[in-house]
Amino acid sequence: MEGDEMMKAQTIEEKQYLVRFNADTKSHLHVLDDNICLTKCPDKICTIFCPAAVYKWEDIRMHVGYEGCHECGSCRIGCPHENIRWEYPRGGHGIVFRLG
Amino acid sequence: MPEKFDCIVVGAGPAGTACAYELAKAGVHVLLLERGEYPGAKNVMGGVLYRKMMEDIIPEFYKEAPLERPIVEQRFMMMDKESAVTFSYKGLEWGREPYNNFTVLRAKFDQWFAEKAVEQGALLVCETVAVECIVENGRVIGVRTDRPDGDIYADVVVLADGVNSLLAKQLGFHREWRPDEVALATMEILKLDKNVIEDRFNLEANQGCTIEIFGDATKGIVGTGFLYTNKDTLSIGVGTLLSGLIKHKIKPYELLEHVKNHPMIRPYIQGSEPVEYLAHLIPEGGYHSIPKVAGNGVLVVGDAAQLVNAIHREGSNMAMTSGRLAAETIIMAKEQNDFSESMLDQYRMKLMESFIGQDLKKYKDATHHFESFPQYFEQYIPMLNRAASQMFTVDGASKWEKQKKIWRDLGSTKQKFKLARDMMKAWKVMK
Repeated sequence: MEGDEMMKAQTIEEKQYLVRFNADTKSHLHVLDDNICLTKCPDKICTIFCPAAVYKWEDIRMHVGYEGCHECGSCRIGCPHENIRWEYPRGGHGIVFRLG
Repeated sequence: MPEKFDCIVVGAGPAGTACAYELAKAGVHVLLLERGEYPGAKNVMGGVLYRKMMEDIIPEFYKEAPLERPIVEQRFMMMDKESAVTFSYKGLEWGREPYNNFTVLRAKFDQWFAEKAVEQGALLVCETVAVECIVENGRVIGVRTDRPDGDIYADVVVLADGVNSLLAKQLGFHREWRPDEVALATMEILKLDKNVIEDRFNLEANQGCTIEIFGDATKGIVGTGFLYTNKDTLSIGVGTLLSGLIKHKIKPYELLEHVKNHPMIRPYIQGSEPVEYLAHLIPEGGYHSIPKVAGNGVLVVGDAAQLVNAIHREGSNMAMTSGRLAAETIIMAKEQNDFSESMLDQYRMKLMESFIGQDLKKYKDATHHFESFPQYFEQYIPMLNRAASQMFTVDGASKWEKQKKIWRDLGSTKQKFKLARDMMKAWKVMK
């Protein structure tokens, strides 16, 4: 078996397919003020460091794909403008690690 | 009719479960709350569990716990782009009782451990978030959960709610963590045939190996990569300070791909199949970041109290011991029916006198030091690799000439002084 072929880079979407989620119907992550993202945050750094690529910048607002969240807390701590309200998903919801 | 317990433990990870286990064993009426579908559903660990601290709670647990492999070899790779200086310790004594440590998969292990606490008499309730502490006259008297009519009361509440302890923050025990106080780790579990693992890592059937990877694994950012052997899977991951990812604008999952595809690492994992992808924060603020851990009617244990030794990849052992010490304190408090801060503060003293306080104190400035001076990872590891390559390449040049070349490679006199100074500083923060 060709090793190089086997280890071809996986995209974050492919990685996320390996994880089981029991998503709630409403989000546990809230961007408080879209305007802050638009005007004060040129790097949109949460779109870079989020390990599940939950945050996606769409023209003028931040799209939050909370369904794929690993609940790590990085966005709460790493947002330079403290512009993310971060809660735990409701009991039993959210990510379900099977191995870990 | 609201229910009242002697103690509510929030979070069924190693810290909370250890605490609940000890309390239940002593006949304390304890409720263990878990927000996941089952204990471990929200938990991630690189994968090394130390035997001693677990055995302090359940003697000979290894005879029945779901463990992966006892570790007989620990390797450390100082890795550059196409080379690595590696050193390791392999000791077959670790493959026999009393063992040193084991790789474990946390979703399996945590469920088993929580089940043991239940056998002792703890009440485990899953799928329930403790959204806030109920505080009355300056003392914690229970927790509000996200269930209907979800207020539950207790003489004492133990916060074992992990690195994202919203409850300890709510009580004002610490401000929000800074990005340089937490490391973001991403990891994959890779399925690989048992025999292939044993061949590649030079192991026998019931032996395991861990590899810690420094340098190019993190593209020079402060942090480490790791590769651990489980029974028929490998755990591969990379953790760096969140501040480092922000500064270098690196996507954590791309860093993980970088490690997986690194020519020094790829041969170990070739042909494997990814079966799970995980991300978690590790509290790496160390001694200076330990929050207030005891208040009126409340104690903080494990990750919630920042009890991680990042230099020695120890965390779950500290979590278990802190849970056990909290339980000892609560049993004492119950005998005297006094759950005040001055009584519960015994826990803080026990913690500081134990290996936890001592070890965290020893390395109190280490992570911060390496964060402030990135040259250790960015420059000195490549330098070490170049020196090894020079010395071991036989090309007709004399060893004197080679030494001279290595010496020249260290740079100008000024740079050499800087290097010497940096080595001294590193020694000082680690000694």
